[in-house]
Amino acid sequence: MFDKESWQEIFETIKKNKLRTFLSGFTVALGIFIFIILFGMGNGLKNTFQEFFLDDATNVLFIHPGRTTIPYKGFKANRQIEFKNSDLENIKENFKFYIEYITPRIYVGGIVRYGLESNSYQMRAVAPSHQHAEKTIIMKGRYINENDITHKAKVAVIGRLVKQDLFKKENPIGKFIDIRGNLFKVVGVFQDDGGDNEERSIYLPYTTQQLISKGTDNVNMMIVAFRKELGYVGGIALEKAINDYLKEEKNIAPFDNSAVFINNVSSDLKEAQGFAGVLQLIVTFVGMGTLIAGIIGISNIMVFVVKERTKELGIRKAIGATPRSVIKMILQEAIFITTISGIIGLFIGVFVLNNLGLKLEPYFIKNPYISLTTAIFATCILIIFGSIAGYVPAKRAAKIKPVIALRDE
Amino acid sequence: MIKIKDIHKYYKMGKSSLHVLKGINFNVEKGELVAIMGSSGSGKSTLLNILGLLDEATEGEYILNNIPIENLNETKAANYRNNLLGFVFQSFNLINYKNALENVALPLYYQGLRKKKRQQIAIEYLEKVGLKDWATHLPSELSGGQKQRVAIARAIASQPKVLLADEPTGALDTKTSYEVMKLIQDLNEEGNTILVVTHEEDIANMCKRIVRLKDGVITEDKKIKQVLAKVD
Repeated sequence: MFDKESWQEIFETIKKNKLRTFLSGFTVALGIFIFIILFGMGNGLKNTFQEFFLDDATNVLFIHPGRTTIPYKGFKANRQIEFKNSDLENIKENFKFYIEYITPRIYVGGIVRYGLESNSYQMRAVAPSHQHAEKTIIMKGRYINENDITHKAKVAVIGRLVKQDLFKKENPIGKFIDIRGNLFKVVGVFQDDGGDNEERSIYLPYTTQQLISKGTDNVNMMIVAFRKELGYVGGIALEKAINDYLKEEKNIAPFDNSAVFINNVSSDLKEAQGFAGVLQLIVTFVGMGTLIAGIIGISNIMVFVVKERTKELGIRKAIGATPRSVIKMILQEAIFITTISGIIGLFIGVFVLNNLGLKLEPYFIKNPYISLTTAIFATCILIIFGSIAGYVPAKRAAKIKPVIALRDE
Repeated sequence: MIKIKDIHKYYKMGKSSLHVLKGINFNVEKGELVAIMGSSGSGKSTLLNILGLLDEATEGEYILNNIPIENLNETKAANYRNNLLGFVFQSFNLINYKNALENVALPLYYQGLRKKKRQQIAIEYLEKVGLKDWATHLPSELSGGQKQRVAIARAIASQPKVLLADEPTGALDTKTSYEVMKLIQDLNEEGNTILVVTHEEDIANMCKRIVRLKDGVITEDKKIKQVLAKVD
């Protein structure tokens, strides 16, 4: 079937019909190219999405206080629940086999000055283990340590963008910044994958903050990390246990669900993964749509090509071409062109995708990629359907009687 | 060489059918040069298409080169056309993206000859029609007479038993018509059997026998004294 003579005949035809060859080849190459680019970008979007949600540790419970809605044990409804340092200690003590660490968080806002520069920042007064909960990365110096907590030291760890705002090119370590009238020594600079807002914040020791706010021992929220061995189900169980414990401790009615909120990151993650799955589905759908559009494009071109060649095919039949040889010729040409241009489209697409790399990160597309298997599979699909698209009109053309094909237009 | 007996051809036109050939009988011996004449609509082209296996008779008997032509499928017809028949058309029907040499070589490709052999034979036949120097020219670079000579070279390159020419001079001026007819007469002298469909008396008179068709029946079939084509 694939002898040298018929290949020669096809190469001659291709060589002498450059525009036609280019057009059909271009359609195929473009189809594959767009498929690869879109699919790759979809994957990039997925990457960004996952990064957003993997910013924080996944074995973490965020515990927020709320207001009661049911009167209980002599307390009226609508009572604001507050967490104290003692709550931290109690939870640590009662759940010590399940908990990896616990840290409070106190929100502070205000103006921060250094020299002539000043700006308003979001600050968090925390314990050392907060670093793990937020996956804070230290670029320079150190994080808050136990020593700072014990001595209520006036130290601060500033975000990368805070450093940029206040210190420009200057080394901030050891310098003093003015936070709401108190001087804090900068001991570290951090970065965070969570985005600009995270990097525009400042960490302080929580004991220092409590001292400054007239010796209260309130904390805004607690962050509990459970042991990873507990897994997702264990995390849910612990969440419930801590919830029950706090209700008991704070005299909250058992069915009052607004007094304490526990945000379980691991169940969030589960939802996020579900969402990522939907995203994957959309990406796949877009990819398939592109492929189908490509196949339709090739089919159109093939119908057109065969139509254009009707007279030529009639001549060939009149001088002795069998229907089989006519089909073979068109099919062989179609397969050859789609294969070559499919591979060209594949290479250009993968090349462009690789070069995009991190350039599209501001548009939430990070590291767009396509697995080689997917790319090759798509190319094969297009080649197969391109051939089928060529076969149908070729078969019809082969059936036309030469007299009809030769009739002058 | 050709024996046809009681050939009928109907064309279906919706509910009614058009009776184009109404019982044609005639034989052609080897080495004859026959003109089939008739005004348009007389059925002469239909007859030629049936003889050339480009079309099928509705009923009747056809024996070509001692082979009864019946129950033809397209593949069989293609093989007969390739080995037994050569065609020359009024509108030349050369493949426009192939040069003269490649056009002449094409039937040989379908005979399964190797490229070298094909080219060698093709150049031989181009020389025979006096166009050896034009071998690499595309049809668009040739005059009408030259195109028809390339078409004739292509028709005879596969050494057919019968050469069928459908108005071969219909698109040519008188001078080039005579040149083409001269070539056809020369080929006939070499022993080729040739049928020419025409409606021009002078062209018909250059053949050795005239068959006249009118309204799908043969009205006259006579041998004539051949007029030799004069080329200045």
